[in-house]
Amino acid sequence: MECQECHQRPATVHFTQVINGNKTEVHLCEPCAQEKGYMMDQYGGDFSIGNLLSGLFNFESSPLTSGHSTTFTPNSGLKCEKCGMTYDEFKRTGKFGCAHCYQTFDAQIDPILRRVHSGNTRHNGKIPERMGGNLHIQRELERYRGELQDLIQREEFEKAAKIRDKIRSLENELNRKKDGEE
Amino acid sequence: MSLQQFINEAVSPWMKEDGPDSDIVLSSRIRLARNFAHVPFPIIASEDQLGKILEFFSQEFEHQAFGDYQRFELVQISDLKPIEKRVLVEKHLISPNLAENTDTGAALISQNEQVSVMINEEDHIRIQLYYPGLQLERALDKASEFDNWLEEKIDYAFDEKRGYLTSCPTNVGTGMRASVMMHLPALVLTQQMNQVIPAINQLGLVVRGIYGEGSEALGNIFQISNQITLGKSEQDIVEDLKSVVQQLIERERNARQMIMNQSGIKLEDKIFRSYGVLAHSRVIESKEASRCLSDVRLGIDLGLIQNVSKTILNELMVLTQPGFLQQYAKKALSPEERDVRRAELIRERLKLEKE
Ligand SMILES: [Zn+2]
Ligand SMILES: [Zn+2]
Repeated sequence: MECQECHQRPATVHFTQVINGNKTEVHLCEPCAQEKGYMMDQYGGDFSIGNLLSGLFNFESSPLTSGHSTTFTPNSGLKCEKCGMTYDEFKRTGKFGCAHCYQTFDAQIDPILRRVHSGNTRHNGKIPERMGGNLHIQRELERYRGELQDLIQREEFEKAAKIRDKIRSLENELNRKKDGEE
Repeated sequence: MSLQQFINEAVSPWMKEDGPDSDIVLSSRIRLARNFAHVPFPIIASEDQLGKILEFFSQEFEHQAFGDYQRFELVQISDLKPIEKRVLVEKHLISPNLAENTDTGAALISQNEQVSVMINEEDHIRIQLYYPGLQLERALDKASEFDNWLEEKIDYAFDEKRGYLTSCPTNVGTGMRASVMMHLPALVLTQQMNQVIPAINQLGLVVRGIYGEGSEALGNIFQISNQITLGKSEQDIVEDLKSVVQQLIERERNARQMIMNQSGIKLEDKIFRSYGVLAHSRVIESKEASRCLSDVRLGIDLGLIQNVSKTILNELMVLTQPGFLQQYAKKALSPEERDVRRAELIRERLKLEKE
């Protein structure tokens, strides 16, 4: 398979890009992938975005045209109060400066995350063992609440009562922990 | 140093073990990206801040042990000579990016080299854990236990909504990159990779040739990894990757069988010619060397070549990289000199097998 950019070297970097829910295949040789900003670090297996981001921001500022005209973006004044990273800088580098940046730019990053993560914007994986204490309980609560709904619908009230007890005790535990934190 | 000793140092101990489906899957790897909650990410942090992270690791984890992983060594990039750095990169224990952080970069490496924690790379912490063969779930379990062990002493940057926070939004969520290295000579030979790669891409997985400075998949070795880190659980990501890898294994085995049935003698000829080139050449470029190594490894897997160990492909792919060649020669070498050294090293290595 030849590189779709230069049509000279064989393509060695292969992936699918998702833009607005449309999947596009991308096949590039290493030099072209680098040039286009689709850097894949073979050792860390990383996938960084670079130019992909600037493409996205063009689109963000003028959603109806796919042209390269950059118009004024109202977000450019945003700045992370913890690390000083500005939104413009983030756009240029594609990298955040600190954990707090995720909150600072929260309203801006959904389209980026959707694009890179196949439409996903919310975490659905591991919770830190020690720090995630309350989150573990909350996840368990969510699961039991769903179960409770099911049982009530199926009129299995005896089982539902047991689940409700479990929910109450978890809620109590959660409240105790929250009080402890204050 | 004798060649045997040199090889022992060049090949990580875990690589010498046999894993499931190791005729096709060379290794499985889990990488987890983590950051300290209250320190800016390395791209923006001051040298002082990153120096403190380094110091923290040296105090808390150096010479510690965790389960099977004995005696972690903290290797500081600033202490390494250029060739030593290159050797660690060629062994995949550190990334080229980390090798460039000569001020505050470091790696915490277990004695068997199965675990390597890169410190102050793009993220503060990057845990890498390897297993031979196809053992993604096991690698994930171990990596997760190891992650918990670190977390006992570190406040991670974590957010309920976005998960583990990373410097680059492409890693956020699980922070996990799961990958396998596969040897797929028959799929390449039967020109099936062209159909296979787009199909794999459709499933949100990335395929790339590894080794060499670009252009081709040297040695017919491919790395397959997950592209998406957000919105799916670690277990689901690994499960999806594994099912694709299993289908690829199946296809590669079928293709091997098909070639053997249809043109067995020609394949045998190709394999033994390659063996001859490796055993006798005096000058060999890395491209030719990796092609021949791939052939010989296929010959071993098909039972055509006996008395040569399977690890020869992984081993010589690493050993014949520029960094290792120069370390073995104990001096800097021009590309032409490397080609001579490479041929020499491969010849000696094959002789070792017969003894
Ligand atoms: Zn190209
Ligand atoms: Zn910030």
